[in-house]
This record gives sequence, structure tokens and C-alpha cells, in this order.
Amino acid sequence: MDASGDVQDLHLLDLTKAFGDFVAVDDLTLTIPAGSFFALLGPSGCGKTTTLRMVAGLEDPTQGQILLGETDITHEKPYKRHVNTVFQSYALFPHLDIFENVAFGLRRRGIKNVEPQVTAMLELVELGPLARRKPAQLSGGQQQRVAVARALINQPGVLLLDEPLGALDLKLRRQMQIELKRIQTEVGTTFVHVTHDQEEAMTMADTVAVMNKGRIEQMGAPIDIYDLPQTSFVANFLGQSNLLSGSVNSGGDVLEVSAQGQRFGVPSNRSVVTSGDIVIGVRPEKLSLAAAGEQVADGRNAIPGRVTDASFTGVSTQYLVMTPWDAEWVVFEQNRASAIMRPGDEVTIHWEVRHTFGLAPAEAV
Amino acid sequence: MRWLRKNLIPIIGILVLVYLFIPIAVVAVLSFNKPAGKFNIAWNEFSLSAWQNICGVPGVCGSFVTSLEIGLLATLVGTIFGTMIAFALVRYRFRGRSTTNLLIFLPMATPEVVLGSSLLALFLNLAFPLGFWTVVIAHIMFIISFVVVAVKARLQGMDPRLEEAARDLYADARSTFRHVTFPLVLPGILGAALLGFSLSFDDYIISAFNAGTLVTFPIYIWGAAQRGIPVQVNALATLVFVIALTIVLVSQFINYRRRRMLEAGMSAD
Repeated sequence: MDASGDVQDLHLLDLTKAFGDFVAVDDLTLTIPAGSFFALLGPSGCGKTTTLRMVAGLEDPTQGQILLGETDITHEKPYKRHVNTVFQSYALFPHLDIFENVAFGLRRRGIKNVEPQVTAMLELVELGPLARRKPAQLSGGQQQRVAVARALINQPGVLLLDEPLGALDLKLRRQMQIELKRIQTEVGTTFVHVTHDQEEAMTMADTVAVMNKGRIEQMGAPIDIYDLPQTSFVANFLGQSNLLSGSVNSGGDVLEVSAQGQRFGVPSNRSVVTSGDIVIGVRPEKLSLAAAGEQVADGRNAIPGRVTDASFTGVSTQYLVMTPWDAEWVVFEQNRASAIMRPGDEVTIHWEVRHTFGLAPAEAV
Repeated sequence: MRWLRKNLIPIIGILVLVYLFIPIAVVAVLSFNKPAGKFNIAWNEFSLSAWQNICGVPGVCGSFVTSLEIGLLATLVGTIFGTMIAFALVRYRFRGRSTTNLLIFLPMATPEVVLGSSLLALFLNLAFPLGFWTVVIAHIMFIISFVVVAVKARLQGMDPRLEEAARDLYADARSTFRHVTFPLVLPGILGAALLGFSLSFDDYIISAFNAGTLVTFPIYIWGAAQRGIPVQVNALATLVFVIALTIVLVSQFINYRRRRMLEAGMSAD
């Protein structure tokens, strides 16, 4: 068994996992390119951990295939796979010291002289001096690095990380995000990272797949998904969005949409639908506020409203604005504007047409 | 009064310890006695004769060795079976699992007199000759219960992800058991074995029913008590106590040393 080798693409084909009547992962097809930092993002129970466990071999798929490069590993035993896992809450062996924890995989593969590799790996995660400690004597962040080292030393084709930063406090989490990214760049292995923390996914991953109810809702570079969500679930799970249902009046490069008695422009290449019912949306930081009655430049989308809450956070102010149809919109404004609005102020929310996106109505919230 | 209030807890603590240790101390002191009559109950004269000639009375050392043999054998077999039963009960779902779970508690809950007498009835019905093996069988039976309970608790408390991590790290089923599961469960098994041995070593009631003509150490003492217990019994009992105490002290000391070293290591960086 040779566990070290080239980093290869990971393919999931029509992968399904059902527990009785409950379908945890539903016909998932996905290619994770070699050497990428890939995040599976979704709320708890969306099937992301089950997907990970199937790749690790700890769960047997009900249907479908898992390929690592050209090799079918769908039903391969976990200890024969070219894949290693960083477990949630680490699962370090409490009876072994740090050195032996990291050496575990090498020893099981019958490698005699593990010392140089283990030392180098402990060096990489900056834990050299702690080699003879037991896991219980390490801090959370240190344990986390041991878990990464223990998996990475086997030079897996794919490294799976199951909510690896979940147990850490906020400050340490930021540090470890940067640390993990550095390690990934250094070793060049494919990292598949499961998380429910959208900020974590966006900070670290090259590609994010947003999962919901066992399916992938949308996949792409964080910046693309954020800029142009394609479902209302993504629009709300990844960052915040303001949504509004309406219907398309006329097509063209810019769709004309009427909603709540007003007209809005939506670029047709930013809309999932181009006729009939539609849900239009816009991100809070794309919005601007003007005092009611103040002139808004032509060609911008605008809706009236009344400020219900203003939270000053230093760099920006977060407003809640009540629209005439009783929906609360979120607006982030940089504190460059002349005046800060107060609760009760009548305002106009306005934004550029090119920042608007259009979603299919069926799944509107 | 204030002094009393401040020191009440240590005083009570010391009194309780004294209460617990007086019987042992009496046994130890009387092992250096030269009794005036048949019964070694009052101090008469200092003597080392019991210690110098510890097997001097016929039957003492023989019964002592018999009890050791029975204890070791029953503990070994009981621990192996008990551990296997515990694994089966925790790891597998099978028919009769919850019944087994319940039945395994019965030997612990049943009065020893009942257990001993019903086992005797069983052996007599089977025409099984009473002696060494019947006592071993009887002891294995109750040791199993204790081992199952202790090992089960240990197994249930184990994070299932540890074994998954081992499998993920190229350990097959056998290797996972050898390098992860077993070392983690071992303290529970050892604790249960120790308890099992001491239960077997001083069991009188069940042994007496099923021993036939075999004389174990507790049976010997019980018999001797009618005629006056020889001083050698005090010496042997004291010896057992000292050995047990030494084992406990040594393990405590090793633990203490290890902790000190780790703490020193921690503060070094």
C-alpha cells in the first residue's frame, strides 16, 4: 500500500447516502480539483459531514461513486485510502504522546525509521519542543495542529477537515485560518474543508460549495458566489441579502421588473429567470440611503422606507429600514456620508442596477 | 472551642481512619505475640517465631497457596470472558442483548448464600466432583459480572472517533484494537481484575458450599477459629496487607513523580 504520491482530482459521481428514510446526501456530483482548498459550506444537517465521511470511508455510500484520480475508492476500506482526516475535536490518541500520535500512520504502514519525517512535520506545525507531551497537556490550538500534522504526514491525496476550527475561540480561529492556508500552500495537497461558518469558508477556500438538504446549491469562487448568488438559500446563508418578489415586464439586457408598485432594473445576465415571476435581491453594502425627498440619480433602483434601527460600528453604520410592504431591509453604509440617519427618519434606499441579482421565485423566503 | 471548630474535620477524619485500621493493627501486632493459651487474643510475650516459621502449622501455607491459585486462575478466565462480553454488549446489537445486560447484574445482586447453595445443587445433580475446579468455576462466575460492568463503562466512555481516526490512519481492524482500543480500555480491565482477585481470595461462603474437601485460606481460618487461630495466620495476613500497601504506595509515587516532571516541563517553556 503506497499512501504517498501525486495529488489527484477527487470526483464524486451521483453520490447518495440514505439513513432509513432520511436522505442525508442526495445525488451529489462534484469534482474537486487537485491542489485546491475546497470548502463544503452549509448549515448543520445539510449532509456535508456525511459527504466527508463517505470520502474518508467511514460511511458507505448508498449509491454513486467516489474516484480519486482514476481509482474507484467508493467501497475501499478507510485504512486503504489515500485520504486522511482532521476530525472534529481532533480525536487525538490520549494514551500516546504527540510524537507517537503523528507517527501513528507511518508506523501502521510499516515504515521503520519514522523519526526524520515526524520531526520535520512537527517543525512544519511548530510543535517540535512538545513532541513528548500527551495531548491533554496541549492547548486547543496546539491540539489542532497535532491533528493536522498527524493526517498530513501521510501525504494524502486529499486531506479532509471536519469543522477543524469549531472548538477554538474567535481569536485563535482567525490565527488557525491563516495557519491552515499557509500549510496548504506549503504542502500543495487538496484540502476539503467542511464548515458551517461562511466567513471561514470564504477566507480560506479557493472554491466554496454551498450545501443544503443533501444537495449543492451553488459552487464557485467565494467572490463570485457572494456577488451573484443563484438561490435565495445561498443569498441568505452566504452573507446577507435583501429580497423582493415581483414579475418581469420586459426583457432585454436589463430586465424591467415591477414589484410592490415600483419598477426596478435587473441585468439579464445576473438573473436566473428572464420572464414571469422573479425575486430580485441586493447585498446590504451595495445600498445607499438618501433623506426622503432628496433627488436620487436617474437609472438607480430606489425604494422608500423608514429607519427603524441604526447601529454605529465605527467603520460603518448598519441600518434596518422598514419598507412600505413591511419588510425590513438591511443597509450597511460606510461612515463617509455627511449625515447619519436616526430611527424614525424617512429615507430612500437606492442602489445601482448592476448590483441587483435575480432569483427564481419558487424558493423565495 | 474555636480551636475545635477549626480542626473538627481533621479530627473526625483521623478518628475514622483509626476506626478502620485498628482491626488490621491488632492482627499485625498479634503476629508478634506468643499466646499464653490456645487463643491468640491477648498480648503475652514478644516473639518472632510465627514469622520465622511461617509455614510451621500444617495446612496454613497449603491453603494460602490454594487460594492464590484459585484467585489467579479465576481472575484470568473471568477477566477474559468478562471483557469479551462487555465488547459484545457495547459494540453489537443482537437478540437478547438487553436481557443479557440485566442477567449479568444478577450474580452481584444475589446473596452469596443463595448462589453458593444453588451452585452446589447444580454440581451435585451433574455428579461433578467437588473440589478445586468447582471453586474456580464458582469464582469465575461472579468475577465475570464485575469485569463486564467495569469494562462496559470504560468502553461506553470512549470517543468513537478515536477508532475512526485509527482506521483513517492505516490501521486495520486488528491493528486498531491493538494500538488504540485495547490500551484505552486496559485500565478498566486491570481495575476489574484486581477487584475480582480480591473478591475471590477472601470469598468464604460460595467456596465453602462448593469446595468439598478442599481447604482454601478463608476456609482454613474459619476452621481454625474454633480451635484457636495459629499466629502464622496473623503473620500471613499481615504479609498480604504489607504487599498490597507497598503496591499502592509505589504506584502513587510513580504517578506523583510523573506529574511533577510534566509540571516542571510545562513551566519550562
